[in-house]
Amino acid sequence: MKKAVLYINQFFAGIGGEEKADHAPEIREGLVGPGLALKTNLKSAEITHTIICGDNFMGSNTEEAIAIINGFLEGIDFDIFFAGPAFQAGRYGVACGTICKHVENTFGVKTITSMHEENPGVEMFKKDTYIFPGGKSAAAMRKDTKKMGILGDKILAGETFLEAEKEGFFVRGIRHQVWREDGVEAADRAVDMLIKKMAGEEFVSELPIPKLDRVPVAPPIKDLSKAKIAVVSSGGIVPVDNPDKIQSSSATRWGRYCIAGEASLKSGVYKTIHGGYDNTVANANPNVVVPIDVLRKYEEEGKIGKLHDYFYATVGTGTAEGEAARMAEEMIPYLKEAGVDAIVQIAT
Amino acid sequence: MVKTFEKAGFPIVLMCNLIPVATTVGANRIVPTVSIPYPLGNPELSEKEQLDLRYHRVGVALDSLTTDVSEQTVFKVKI
Repeated sequence: MKKAVLYINQFFAGIGGEEKADHAPEIREGLVGPGLALKTNLKSAEITHTIICGDNFMGSNTEEAIAIINGFLEGIDFDIFFAGPAFQAGRYGVACGTICKHVENTFGVKTITSMHEENPGVEMFKKDTYIFPGGKSAAAMRKDTKKMGILGDKILAGETFLEAEKEGFFVRGIRHQVWREDGVEAADRAVDMLIKKMAGEEFVSELPIPKLDRVPVAPPIKDLSKAKIAVVSSGGIVPVDNPDKIQSSSATRWGRYCIAGEASLKSGVYKTIHGGYDNTVANANPNVVVPIDVLRKYEEEGKIGKLHDYFYATVGTGTAEGEAARMAEEMIPYLKEAGVDAIVQIAT
Repeated sequence: MVKTFEKAGFPIVLMCNLIPVATTVGANRIVPTVSIPYPLGNPELSEKEQLDLRYHRVGVALDSLTTDVSEQTVFKVKI
């Protein structure tokens, strides 16, 4: 029987939610949480150990987390490494990608994870590890671990030529040398494509170039002391009654809140409704997320011309990219009308 | 969001903790924050120290808006 190790976060280990997201890495023998689901779909290996790490610990102390986990792994034998599934949990997805990349590079062991296609971990790590497109939430646990297990068995059986399209994981961009069943050589295929292209017909490239969605850098503001600055935050800071009923996760709504004449955001007047981090500190002092207190100071000192009378807020956890773009589009007319020159955006 | 604002012509700076995520999604001006639950604070520090930290990092963010950059840039913070 081969041996497998599984990486999961503090939530799936049953340690706790956001209040435990700083949990330092630990290793346990045997199965914990999602390991039970993975076990039923992984025939050729036993999950001997589970590594658990808080998402914030991995996100904010990455080097330290990797060093500790490295220490755990050096002491054990394993043939394959799994992480997640992470669903649409952004930090968890990035954590799974980070550790898979590290394990694959350091121990030369294949790694497999799963996350929703909108998880930022996909773009960041799809080249470094096998990532399966997964569900949005833990409701997809069984389905997602099944895909991971099946591929794990294939890898452990010694299959080395794994095609992304056929197996279903995100394209890694690894080129394989293979004998084609149709026996058509490259020169013929290239000329065929060229002829089709010249005739304006559809053709399928064998080397698709990934598209990067980049925006040109906006030119800097010339005179900060005359500029009007606006604050936008995805940290969920709103008036305590949440007048716009912004959702705690997967938000589709946003709000703008008047701060004219306010020296800072007071606790008890503002709070966070963000469902993706421990709210204790932000509720005690909302300025740690939307720093009106220091921006007001910069305004008094004349470093900035004026702080815009409103700040803009939504919740950025599980929020689809398309929704985020739409909400920004909806904020823009207000910013333009008020003559805002530049934006400070704070993410949690 | 950052990209949508920048496309509309607003110079924008993103203050965030997960820098690799910010660079992957395509933010151009980036200033690191302290953590996810408290980007511009730290309960282990005194009120005064936290205020200094916030004043400094927001200052770096404001200065970045006046800086001409040709590519994605992560601005350095001192505290």
